[in-house]
Amino acid sequence: MMTKRILMTGNEAIAEGAIQAGCRFYAGYPITPQNELTAYMARRMLQVKGIFIQAESELSAINMVFGAAAVGERAMTSSSSPGMSLKQEGISYLAGAELPAVIVNIMRGGPGLGNIAPSQSDYFQATRGGGHGDYRCIVLAPSCVQEAYNFMGVAFDLADRYRIPVIVLGDGMLGQMMEPMVIHSLNRKAKGIEKPWALTGCQARKPNVIKSFYLKEGDLEKFNLKLQKKYRLIQQKEACYEGLFLDDAKTILVAYGTMARIAKNVLYKLREKKKKIGLVRPITLWPFPKGIFQQLSVQRKRLVALVIEMSYGQMLEDVKLCTDGKIKVEFCGRAGGGIPTEREIIKKIATL
Amino acid sequence: MLERNDLAIKKIFSRPKSLRDMQTHYCAGCGHGITHRLVAEVVDELEIRERVIAVAPVGCAVVAYDYWDFDCSEAAHGRALAVATAMKRLRPQNIVFTYQGDGDLAAIGTNETIHAANRGENLTVIFINNAVYGMTGGQMAPTTLIGQRTTTTPKGRQEKIHGWPLRISEMLAQLPGVKYIERVSLHTPSEVLKAKQAIKQAFKNQIDEVGFSLVEILSPCPTYWEMSPPEALEWIKQVMVKEFPLGKIK
Repeated sequence: MMTKRILMTGNEAIAEGAIQAGCRFYAGYPITPQNELTAYMARRMLQVKGIFIQAESELSAINMVFGAAAVGERAMTSSSSPGMSLKQEGISYLAGAELPAVIVNIMRGGPGLGNIAPSQSDYFQATRGGGHGDYRCIVLAPSCVQEAYNFMGVAFDLADRYRIPVIVLGDGMLGQMMEPMVIHSLNRKAKGIEKPWALTGCQARKPNVIKSFYLKEGDLEKFNLKLQKKYRLIQQKEACYEGLFLDDAKTILVAYGTMARIAKNVLYKLREKKKKIGLVRPITLWPFPKGIFQQLSVQRKRLVALVIEMSYGQMLEDVKLCTDGKIKVEFCGRAGGGIPTEREIIKKIATL
Repeated sequence: MLERNDLAIKKIFSRPKSLRDMQTHYCAGCGHGITHRLVAEVVDELEIRERVIAVAPVGCAVVAYDYWDFDCSEAAHGRALAVATAMKRLRPQNIVFTYQGDGDLAAIGTNETIHAANRGENLTVIFINNAVYGMTGGQMAPTTLIGQRTTTTPKGRQEKIHGWPLRISEMLAQLPGVKYIERVSLHTPSEVLKAKQAIKQAFKNQIDEVGFSLVEILSPCPTYWEMSPPEALEWIKQVMVKEFPLGKIK
């Protein structure tokens, strides 16, 4: 496929990324600020002979994704914060039945109906499982439109490889803003992953069953231990981050997604003034890239980490867990539509 | 030496291939065992075992996938028709059916039920109406009759407090996407045979791409009706069919 440079919103880039990654099933329910994604899928699925369904609710949409994943198709849904709360039941079942699927959350302000402004307040929900039971989803956090596109290929590959739901976590700003980006093929591994467990009719094989129900004593514990083993493997192999100026930094900014771009502007402004600022941008929020934080907190006791979020300190807890009190961890955050500005961050850094 | 064929004895009744050789967990006199068998017989007779994908409910029949010998999936409580919708759209060559109880299909899953029906999904639905929640211990179902005692209607279901028994089949029959709905019962052998014919019709409809087909089956629950199995069958005949009349609805 030829590469071409085009202008797209984050929402559309995610949808096109999914199509390029071989996604052929989408179900969704309208909610702002991710509606462009659903509309794009409605058009594109017709062209690629996939299935698009506007579901009657987010609950139904995620359960349609469950059905699509169970028959072996690359399937996804998308929503925004209040809708994600409704999808948690289905995500727990996907985790319990070990079905691969991709779920996009273009976060908005909460709690409750909140508003439609960008937010990062669903970090806990995404990284802690979100629904009932001991499970995790892989969580990817793109910070620009090009990444939003690229990460969809990664998301589907990870979902298939580990038979796990993968959440792509963006915010309303990323979903709505337009940026130039390059379209290229993402269908690298789509054909390589066999799904012998899929329900396709039991011709020439024993019947397959997809389930998360283990009633016999001891069975569910055994299954949970198997899940935990898988999660440990993912933690070892898949954690990913971007680091800037970590060699000489005395203060490191920690931010993800859109927030990391504002943090980067701050970093370059202060670097011009010879201030020793660095940055860690977690790309996988789960598994959290704890290795770099452990390493920095052991090597450089006088380092200060400033966590910047569009929330009141959710990723902050992970940074504190990883640094384990060895270095100072400070916080700068706003939510409910408020976005920490460059000025506010620079002011905060001056107080450290 | 005599060969088996010489004896003029023919095997005319045996376990369907689609039913596994094992004991079920169902209570004595329960209708699920009969219905599982009817579905298995129909699947065998239509020679679709290798094409079938079943979606089991949450409720007493949650482990139906242990009893049927074809591809099966679980679905969250009430969501079977959302799960089945995606399966059938992606794999029209398969025969996809849901098997759901009254709480699953007509309470927690009403939304999924109505909208799958209204989209006219080419699916087969086996709907077990036993007027009570069985798996959780005998609570009021949407189909519980007026006056019927359950753990959550200790003085019997009362219109003013609990509303009326929900005739969801009649509601669904209003939708243009719905092509076939019949209500049958298991209270006598002849009714069981009628039930089998209806189930067969609902599967045939999917094969012929007719559209959304549902069979509602009045099914005994002696345990939570606090009756003996024969009393339960008599109660269907004398009481339940008055609220839920048998026959083709659409």
